[in-house]
Amino acid sequence: MALLAACSSNGGDGDATPDAGATSGGGGGGDEPVTLTWWHNGVAGDTGENSLGDYWDTVAADYMAANPNVTIEIEQIQNEDLQRTRIPTALQSGDAPDLFQQWGGGEMAAQAEAGYLMDLSDVLADDIGRLGGGVAPWQVDGVTYGLPFQFAVEGIWYRPSLFAEAGIADVPTTMDELNDAVQKLKDADIVPIAVGAADKWPAAHWWYNFALRSCTQDTVANAGTSLDFSDPCWVAAGDALQEFLGTEPFQPQFTSTVAQTGATSSAGMVANGKAAMELMGQWNYFVYEGFTDGSDEAKAALHEDLDWFPMPAVEGGAGDPSAAMGGGDGFSCFVDAPPECADFLAYIVSDDVQRGYAEAVGGLPVAPAAADAVTDPVLQKIAQTTSSAAYVQLWMDTLLGPNVGGAMNDGIVNIFNGTGDSQAVVDAMIAAAATS
Amino acid sequence: MTALEASGRNAGPAVEQSTAGSRPLTPATQHPRRDGVRKWAEIALFVGPALVLFLTFVVYPVVSAARYSLYKWNGVSQFSDAEFVGFSNYTRALWGGSDPATQQAFKTAYSQPFWEALSHNFAIIGLSLAIQLPVALLVALTLNRRFRGRAFTRVVIFAPYVLSEVIAGTMWLIIFDPNGIATQWTRAIGLDMPAGGWFEDPTWGFWTVFFIITWKYVGLAIILFLAGLSGVSEDLQEAAAIDGASWWQIQWRINIPLIGPTIRIWAFLSIIGSIQLFDMVWVLNRGGTAGQYSTIASYMMQIGFFRSDWGYGSAIAVIMFLLSFVIALAYMATILRRDNANPRKAR
Repeated sequence: MALLAACSSNGGDGDATPDAGATSGGGGGGDEPVTLTWWHNGVAGDTGENSLGDYWDTVAADYMAANPNVTIEIEQIQNEDLQRTRIPTALQSGDAPDLFQQWGGGEMAAQAEAGYLMDLSDVLADDIGRLGGGVAPWQVDGVTYGLPFQFAVEGIWYRPSLFAEAGIADVPTTMDELNDAVQKLKDADIVPIAVGAADKWPAAHWWYNFALRSCTQDTVANAGTSLDFSDPCWVAAGDALQEFLGTEPFQPQFTSTVAQTGATSSAGMVANGKAAMELMGQWNYFVYEGFTDGSDEAKAALHEDLDWFPMPAVEGGAGDPSAAMGGGDGFSCFVDAPPECADFLAYIVSDDVQRGYAEAVGGLPVAPAAADAVTDPVLQKIAQTTSSAAYVQLWMDTLLGPNVGGAMNDGIVNIFNGTGDSQAVVDAMIAAAATS
Repeated sequence: MTALEASGRNAGPAVEQSTAGSRPLTPATQHPRRDGVRKWAEIALFVGPALVLFLTFVVYPVVSAARYSLYKWNGVSQFSDAEFVGFSNYTRALWGGSDPATQQAFKTAYSQPFWEALSHNFAIIGLSLAIQLPVALLVALTLNRRFRGRAFTRVVIFAPYVLSEVIAGTMWLIIFDPNGIATQWTRAIGLDMPAGGWFEDPTWGFWTVFFIITWKYVGLAIILFLAGLSGVSEDLQEAAAIDGASWWQIQWRINIPLIGPTIRIWAFLSIIGSIQLFDMVWVLNRGGTAGQYSTIASYMMQIGFFRSDWGYGSAIAVIMFLLSFVIALAYMATILRRDNANPRKAR
């Protein structure tokens, strides 16, 4: 998933001093010297700042201090390199890192099927229970192969000042109200919604949300394993998207717009007040900050005029109106990793480390007990929506894996390009499913 | 893997030189055995390292790709667990496969984008020859004289070719941004950009990219032609001028025929480069969101690497390899044959 790299760009300066050693779960405990290798995606951003990487360094150091026999060797690797090249190659070579980034869903299922992943269901049973429903995307047929440290739903970021300029009093809660807001913004000569369709996935997320409403919870969730797209609700999702595109809610030439790079990207447009809304995950909080000069005053001024609301409910579908699309980041242990790997993973997702993660990195922790560490009002809103959603569906492309998921995203972008239709998306998914 | 390497042009001459050089040094009659050993030692010494590299990084990957292309493999599981599917990856790309249950779906989802990408490659070959060749020839003939600022002009013409593809691609992305300078200029003369944007418009995207490719590579053609022209004796031109030939007649009857070998080599490089075209289209936006300017290489990368359909991606790679190989051989055997057979004879 391309977009998860974005979440490491910034953070607060709260110092986290987690209570190392307060871990649950079995394993470890011996005095034999053990070396754990750990690959994660916390790399320095454009500004050289690396709050996530720095925080993981602290976490590893604290754990090593409490467990002197354990040495943790960390490698920070850029997100796409890590996901597409380094981890698959390492897993096939049999010389994989002990603990590595795991995005869940179809790709993890393929790794589990190939026998690369450690079954954590029993060793970390307590932690799985403590973290709750957020673990589901890291499970295959009830077996847990990884644990998330961050999980959140997506929603619509917007600029309240532009809403006021267009005379929009309340944030939209239904599609009708969203369409109404789009019209008012257009009347006021403001680009209603920015979308980075050149990167494909930001455009595809609109379709995901329509699919979430048109299909039942089971239809969507089971699609990850059954790869069965015969239900007419999948075509209905494309129809809903086409109808929405017909209202011309996006900026001109949206298929030439990228999501995060440069002032003319969709995030840049919102950050610079050139567009009023954007459908995105919680990481955009930090992506928008990247378009300021980096000073505290500039960031404060941005957040003064930046807010968030959940994706409006689509009427008339089989899905629950309060369901939401979401995703997160986690870690898996390699099947041959020493038992200390699971113990360290349990430490990473322990309540205190999760609290420190929220404070130091500004991430949205999975552990319910760490929710109070989220202090930013907008991030609190996202956390609340995540926990109050009827159910949270993992990003469709992550759920379906790169093959079917990629075919789906390509098909959806064809709708945006005007070169494809609702049926073509489903046909492409069925074709890809037949090859996997 | 490039076709030049595949055709053995890199490995061939090394063998000839080392064997040729070993003979005259010592009389072969006195120690025939020691000489034989020495000859082979020299061959091994000179050819060995290159041969090892060639086998490791050219032959082995090609053979591996050919092997992968016969399997259904997601790139995650061990290759030993991959399912053997014969040539079905190839037939999926070429005509949607033979299974009636999936043929129609595969045709739309795989065969169509494959042929579309391939047609872009061939369109670029044809357009390069039809547009770059006359343009480059005209510029080279015009510049083939002494004038102030000649060196500077040549550097400027060659500059785009020297620029890295990534830098050039990023530059054009900025220029052709929907709010970029190209849009502002077209608006200034009362026109508008293509409806979907310069790169992503289903009709115009390809032409924008072809324009950039021409800008990038026409400089190479001009410099090659100028180098060829500098080898044409001025006596011939003077003699022709004395005989009353016009400027056009001198170019048409003397200069152009005499740089024929250069033109033919350029065309060869251009054709092979067009088949392998990847860097620029990838930097711009991976061949376009809907494959507006996809090439066979960008399509291979998109499906094989990003969709983790490794067997299918390998099949595309093999098709691309065979295509370059066959075209290179055919070109060598027909058009370049007269140049290679007797290098001293210019025509």
